[in-house]
Amino acid sequence: MQAVFSTPEVMKKDFRFTFCPGCDHGIAVRLVAELIDEMNLKEKTICSTCVGCSVFLYDFLNIDCVEAPHGRACASATGVKRTNPDKFVFTYQGDGDFASIGYAESMHTAIRGEKVSAICINNTTYGMTGGQLGPTTMMGQVTTTSPFGRNKEYYGYPMKIAEQIALCDGTAFSARVALDSVPHINQAKQALRKAFEVQLEGLGFGFVEILSSCPTNWHMTPEQAHDRVKNEMIPVFPLGIFKDLTENK
Amino acid sequence: MTDKVLIKGNYAIAQAAINAGCQCYFGYPITPQTEIGEYLSAKMPELGRGYVSAESEIGAINMVVGAAATGAKVMTSSSSCAVALMQEALSYACSDEVPVVLVNVMRAGPGLGYVYPAQGDYNQSVYGGGNGDYKIIVLAPATVQECIDFTYRAFYLARKYRNPVILLADGLLGQMMEPACFGENPYPEVDVSSWALTGAKGRDGKAIYSCARDEKAHIQKIQDLFKKFELISKNETSFEEFETKDADIVLTAFGSMTRNIKAAVRVLRERGLKVGGFRPITLSPFPHKRIYELASEGKDFAVVEMNMGQMFKDVKYSTEGKSSVSLINRPCGEWLSVEEIVASVEKILESKKEGIYASSI
Repeated sequence: MQAVFSTPEVMKKDFRFTFCPGCDHGIAVRLVAELIDEMNLKEKTICSTCVGCSVFLYDFLNIDCVEAPHGRACASATGVKRTNPDKFVFTYQGDGDFASIGYAESMHTAIRGEKVSAICINNTTYGMTGGQLGPTTMMGQVTTTSPFGRNKEYYGYPMKIAEQIALCDGTAFSARVALDSVPHINQAKQALRKAFEVQLEGLGFGFVEILSSCPTNWHMTPEQAHDRVKNEMIPVFPLGIFKDLTENK
Repeated sequence: MTDKVLIKGNYAIAQAAINAGCQCYFGYPITPQTEIGEYLSAKMPELGRGYVSAESEIGAINMVVGAAATGAKVMTSSSSCAVALMQEALSYACSDEVPVVLVNVMRAGPGLGYVYPAQGDYNQSVYGGGNGDYKIIVLAPATVQECIDFTYRAFYLARKYRNPVILLADGLLGQMMEPACFGENPYPEVDVSSWALTGAKGRDGKAIYSCARDEKAHIQKIQDLFKKFELISKNETSFEEFETKDADIVLTAFGSMTRNIKAAVRVLRERGLKVGGFRPITLSPFPHKRIYELASEGKDFAVVEMNMGQMFKDVKYSTEGKSSVSLINRPCGEWLSVEEIVASVEKILESKKEGIYASSI
């Protein structure tokens, strides 16, 4: 009998995702796990985890992890990498963690060109706390703290994370991907691979922003949520590679 | 290494960190401790070690926590209002049992305060500004020599007990030059292999975290952390005592104020008054037991400190009402002089009453 589906080797045997049904975090974690397997990274990986929906990453992946306070994962990863330059160091964060409370830590890790990889899940809301307005909440979007929709007078504008990271001289790779379709999932995996490779090659900071659905807090079915990613998010947060130092090699 | 050198407190701390094996320094400038970072930014690259100019104190302390979680010897240094920014990470580091070394060269507060010296961070260091129940080891040097000795000790204790250690100095010590001897770091290496994150090679992944979904396990963890601190208290509580045997009153101070109470005790003894001195070296764990013993012998206390009476409360608590405790203090700025201390002690002895003898400039 031919196996048509298997769990990546680095996933814990007894793991149970704590994500809501239909959430794209599960796909993103699987892509990371597949790459750790394919690139043979497990034995040299130290992950700096975040606070948010992915706080329990260490329960899913059989790798070494250190928990950072909310927003501080890139600082923690800097400490790990500077004292362990031979290790593979990555962060897995939400948009609130990476780009709001952790904006300074994240930006300066890119500016310093730390040889670490960072993954940021952008679902336009604070998922863990029940769907509040965050740094990427879209104009007009209703959340529990923008009950009349995001407007510029009260809340200002959503931020474009991958473009800002690409502007930093220390960044070796910055891309935005999505998980709403199989082609996009395949592109996402390629981008993550690049973000990992630039670290291993010592080129600088590797970054991938992943547009993800949050059916629970968007009050949608998984299908509707993926339609929103495709029809509403991608036009505002365009997919693409914004910086890639490997192109010049 | 055995020769005496004339050196500034901040440089002494920095060089002692190098001697203790510090692999990487993470920091952000703030007066009066900036020389620590300046010194290390020059020396660490020469030694093939790390120096990171962090974006903030929040960044610096979280870099230290991440690095320390891999078993690396690392440290950061800062001062008062900026150490306030590090309280979140200190709470995490205690729960995560990560060996953080933090040097606080105190300046005046509250708020931005100013760069003149003070001792206003006793509470911040000993009781902490982070959330939840946790305890930090706090060492308070009184001389540049002790800045060296206690830096060695800080690195050792942090790793021995997997607990953050604060070296609590002040602007006076940081900026003062004194003869001192580096010697050899007297402490042995601590094996960190059982817990340090090194990558899951030939074993399952390890995680260092404070998040606690299991309520019962979390209760047990906090109780275990406090049991550990009881052991630290038993093994590591240290203090210095002088002329207390026949003393009617014991002047009590920490950090560089120790120098002035030593001089005041000499002056008061010359005037025929039975005055002794006591100085906690570890502010946490605090030498409650010894203070209680002295109080039980009927000895009164006068706490001399450059704040509004922070250690005063711990001394008062330790005496358990067995004797009276007075406070001689100024919030910050020009150090209480020996003359001011002597005059205040004479007033206390005349009135034979507990009181607060705040000295104004």
